[in-house]
Amino acid sequence: MNARMKEILVVAVLTVFCAIMYWGKVDGWMTGFQFSFGLSMTVVILIAVSLLVILYLTLRGKLIGRRVVFLYVGISVTLPFFMSLSQEIKISPEVQTLYEGIAELPPGSVVLTAFDYDPPSAPELQPMAESFFRYCFNNDLKVVVIGLWPQGPQQANIAIEKILLDEAIAAKNLQYGIDYVNLGFQTGNEFVIQRMGSDFKSMFPTDYTGTPYNDLPLVRNIKNFSNIDYGFNLSAGYPGTVEWVQVAVDRYGLKMGAGNTAVQAPQCYPYIRSGQLVGILGGMNGAAEFELMTGTVGKGTKFMLSQSFAHMIVIAFIIIGNVAYFRGGRKQKL
Amino acid sequence: MRREIPLLITGIVGVVFVIQYFIPHWPFNRMNAWFSDWFSIVQACAIWLGALNLIKISIQKIAKKKKDWIYSVVILVFFLLITILGFAEGEEFREPGTGFTWLYEFVYTPLSSTMFAILAFFVASASYRAFRARNLEATLLLAAAFFVMLGRVPIGDVISGFMPQGAQLSNLATWIMTFPQTAGQRAIMIGIALGIVSTSLRIILGIERSHLGGGD
Repeated sequence: MNARMKEILVVAVLTVFCAIMYWGKVDGWMTGFQFSFGLSMTVVILIAVSLLVILYLTLRGKLIGRRVVFLYVGISVTLPFFMSLSQEIKISPEVQTLYEGIAELPPGSVVLTAFDYDPPSAPELQPMAESFFRYCFNNDLKVVVIGLWPQGPQQANIAIEKILLDEAIAAKNLQYGIDYVNLGFQTGNEFVIQRMGSDFKSMFPTDYTGTPYNDLPLVRNIKNFSNIDYGFNLSAGYPGTVEWVQVAVDRYGLKMGAGNTAVQAPQCYPYIRSGQLVGILGGMNGAAEFELMTGTVGKGTKFMLSQSFAHMIVIAFIIIGNVAYFRGGRKQKL
Repeated sequence: MRREIPLLITGIVGVVFVIQYFIPHWPFNRMNAWFSDWFSIVQACAIWLGALNLIKISIQKIAKKKKDWIYSVVILVFFLLITILGFAEGEEFREPGTGFTWLYEFVYTPLSSTMFAILAFFVASASYRAFRARNLEATLLLAAAFFVMLGRVPIGDVISGFMPQGAQLSNLATWIMTFPQTAGQRAIMIGIALGIVSTSLRIILGIERSHLGGGD
């Protein structure tokens, strides 16, 4: 079989797999399928034993290829979806301070939420968005959404639509334009933030659907950042949290927290120690911690087991790789 | 004149942006707003330019049947499909139930998430093949990665649960992130900021001209 045929075969298999998963999601047959605790533990033990076998083979000089690593990563990410194992999630100081920052807001406070990410980062940031909106709506905070990334406002809409289906929130009968507003995307990166510092309306003359700014009761009286009680930025890169801190926080004194991808979060840690950021949610773990703080179980919590397993697998292979390196007289190439 | 006018615009805009930070009053605040609006307009036009350039390059690739030209067909088909759908569905094109939203949620989102998720496989493979304790620095990096990777996920505390509170992996990871990592980040940030200041001054004063093209 030549390379082109293999490519076509892989695409065909993936298409069938995606179609099955899609129809499974639509029909709901995927929900409720869970391994028992005993079976879950058996799977974990089997994986651990197989890793020990790989370590033994490495010590004997038989090295594994990268495809085996791919296989283990795939297994470690997918199998935990079906496992009945639980792990205690601890709250880190930066998530605690972020939660305390919004917990002290009185009902009716206006929260500006900036969506600066696109679908590739959604697995990490969407759970944060959902739990943040859930908290805001449950506690009668008014939400204003903007985006410095073109896909940001659409991600916000997806989160809001999902949260509005919650029974407790649906019972509040929240009104668009009064309880929440999506002002949409504006191009210009940090210049948008800078102009918002003097006049929101100049950057967002209409909302996401084309309704004029002055026809939206929630934002009609919002002139600039001095009318915002709290800012929350969900960011996956540039423009993002760094730009919001540099302009909105440093120049206009906005009180702000952030949710970042795990890759970007370390860049923002200096802003916590200096007090420029109230707190930070870093990666899916940050999302899970925030869900725990707000008393909800979302995707962040559900996927933590997969993340734990994936980290363990990577560490196991780093150890195996180093064993091969030292065993091979530091010349071994994998 | 092809060089002098862009240099003059750059110099004036740069000086105004610096002054308005310290003197946010008329006329500098007005000029700041004016230049910011122009920046947004120019950037919006650049998006169109990028899209048109993508179409041009894709058509050329298909016409000349260059390597992997079939992917250019996919780009063009989906570019046109999503653009036509967006325009055809009017101002509500991003509302739930529209064709545009369906494509966004069930085609674009899973595909782009998948592309990003593939990184996990490459990171794991690269760590296995290249993350070695070759010397002291690499060993320190390896140790930090070990503690942070385990400490940032709940399983870290399951493993180190028997240890005293301060020595548990989550607390070790928090310490690494809060002190050595933050110190390193600050050093990098200060270095970058100084670099930006010096480069900006060179551009504003017309000493640095590489952004105009031509190689000088």
